[in-house]
Amino acid sequence: MIQESLLYHKEHEWVRLDGSRATIGISDFAQEALGDIVYLEIPKLGTMLQYGDEVTEIESTKTTSMLYAPVGGKIVAVNEALEGRPELINQDVYGEGWVIVIEMNDPKEANTLMSGKEYASFLENETA
Amino acid sequence: MPEKLLFEKSVPGRRGVTFPTASLEGFSVDAVLPKKCQRESELTLPEISENELMRHYTRLSYESYGVDTGFYPLGSCTMKYNPKIHEDVARFPGFSEIHPLQPEESVQGALGLLYGLQNMLSEIAGMARVSLQPVAGAQGEMTGMLIARAYHLAQGRQRKHVIIPDSAHGTNPASAHLAGYTIKTVKSNREGIIDLEDLKQVVNQDTAALMLTNPNTLGLFERKIGEVVQVIHDAGALVYLDGANLNALLGLTRPGDMGFDIVHFNLHKTFSTPHGGGGPGAGPVGVVSHLTPYLPSPLIEKKGEHFFMDSNRPQSIGRVHSFYGNFGILLRAYTYIRRLGAEGLSAISRNTIINANYLKKQLEASYEIPMKRPCMHEFILSAKAFRDKGIHAWDIAKRLIDYGYYPPTVNFPLIVPESLMIEAPESEARETLDDFAKVLILIRKEIDESPEKLTQAPTTQKVGRMNEVLAARQLNVRYPA
Repeated sequence: MIQESLLYHKEHEWVRLDGSRATIGISDFAQEALGDIVYLEIPKLGTMLQYGDEVTEIESTKTTSMLYAPVGGKIVAVNEALEGRPELINQDVYGEGWVIVIEMNDPKEANTLMSGKEYASFLENETA
Repeated sequence: MPEKLLFEKSVPGRRGVTFPTASLEGFSVDAVLPKKCQRESELTLPEISENELMRHYTRLSYESYGVDTGFYPLGSCTMKYNPKIHEDVARFPGFSEIHPLQPEESVQGALGLLYGLQNMLSEIAGMARVSLQPVAGAQGEMTGMLIARAYHLAQGRQRKHVIIPDSAHGTNPASAHLAGYTIKTVKSNREGIIDLEDLKQVVNQDTAALMLTNPNTLGLFERKIGEVVQVIHDAGALVYLDGANLNALLGLTRPGDMGFDIVHFNLHKTFSTPHGGGGPGAGPVGVVSHLTPYLPSPLIEKKGEHFFMDSNRPQSIGRVHSFYGNFGILLRAYTYIRRLGAEGLSAISRNTIINANYLKKQLEASYEIPMKRPCMHEFILSAKAFRDKGIHAWDIAKRLIDYGYYPPTVNFPLIVPESLMIEAPESEARETLDDFAKVLILIRKEIDESPEKLTQAPTTQKVGRMNEVLAARQLNVRYPA
């Protein structure tokens, strides 16, 4: 399931823009591939990130996968609820399963992200 | 019904052993152990009779599964049969009654054997020297990375990262990280081998080494290995072979001839020493001549007719284990190699390759096999096509348990979705492979006709499907909880 209103990063993160703020989570494709998520370390508030930086590792019963920063900036909010209930990512990937909010250094960076349509064809290519 | 825990069988006051009353006169615990180190509460050990204890463990032993009870197709683990003559040899008094602190003159036979094993492994891998110290594959990897580090530092350069393919074993990045390197990933191409163009993008003057498994975890020989090695060597970096899949290469080709600089061996895979819970491991490391000064210390050397532990190795990375590795295990590997000889070893690799391709062919019509090329000692099936039916790779694995098989490796390598990685060691007979293929084909029918048989599996065992999610989220290994 791809939400048209969101932007996507090639490492399978989604981004919801609100001015210079970007809410970030992993895509439905990513949570499906990971399977039941059992743990993730909640990133620290205030962390400065550059595009492509490793944010945190998400662990499932199958494997672990890195969450990368799809845009650069400062972490201004983290989803504390995931601490005890990482399954929120599986249950509501584009809603309650959000991971962090970044205050972007350069909102133009978001232009490099994919639209829902672009991400869909990217996935088709990747998994062909 | 599952076997009860010893704690659940415990009856207050019941004893398996009756100790005589202490006869030490005037002995006081307080005199030998400070108060703060003494327990305040009773030990909560199970209280049980000797025969109940024996029955408990004997019954558990019936429920265990191993290479001595059946086919064990666990990919990249080389679960081959361990000949029992190894156990006889390990029990010879000349081996079992010696001690590593004995004077060298009194253990010349044992040292000679280790020296022989060092040399045989060097010959098999095309390396200059081998250290037998590391006691696990992953420890061999870390030793290899520490050697790479020592080498670069000796050249007066600080290298920063290690390149690892996306199909690699998870231990590779862990080992390189422990040796102080960051990790860069190189992609596999559609053919399932290293993407040379991507490798050229990733490599630079900060590259310390490339860690590579060959054949890789897709069971494919890295047929561009010559070019891969060239790219890495041109950057002044080293090429490391993760020897997990060495079973496919014995006597057919040598890592040294392909240009690898460092190799680790898994004696518990390739050379048939007990595996996992069955015994300690052994992960010897071999290197080319210009890296020998950095091998762990001591190394076993020979002067005239005399064998000795050489600790005078100033550039060595130092010890990686107490004494000289797991002697009893090294002894079994030595026995294995000597019994087989050069021709026997190459027959091993030829036969495991034939076994894997034979099994793969039988499954082609029933399962998606992403890599069409002939495989080496193992191959990958993908269960991706069954996702729509709610069937995942692990459901197939669980159903195999119902049919009396240990499941293959699942969900690895990560680059193939829903993968089942099947290895068919040379010690398996054709009939065993036929039976296994029949069961997998039967399971394929079940996926179409009665998928619930898979999603509910295993149902024939004393224990059903575990709740892996709950176990991971709420880990509790203490009894009583």
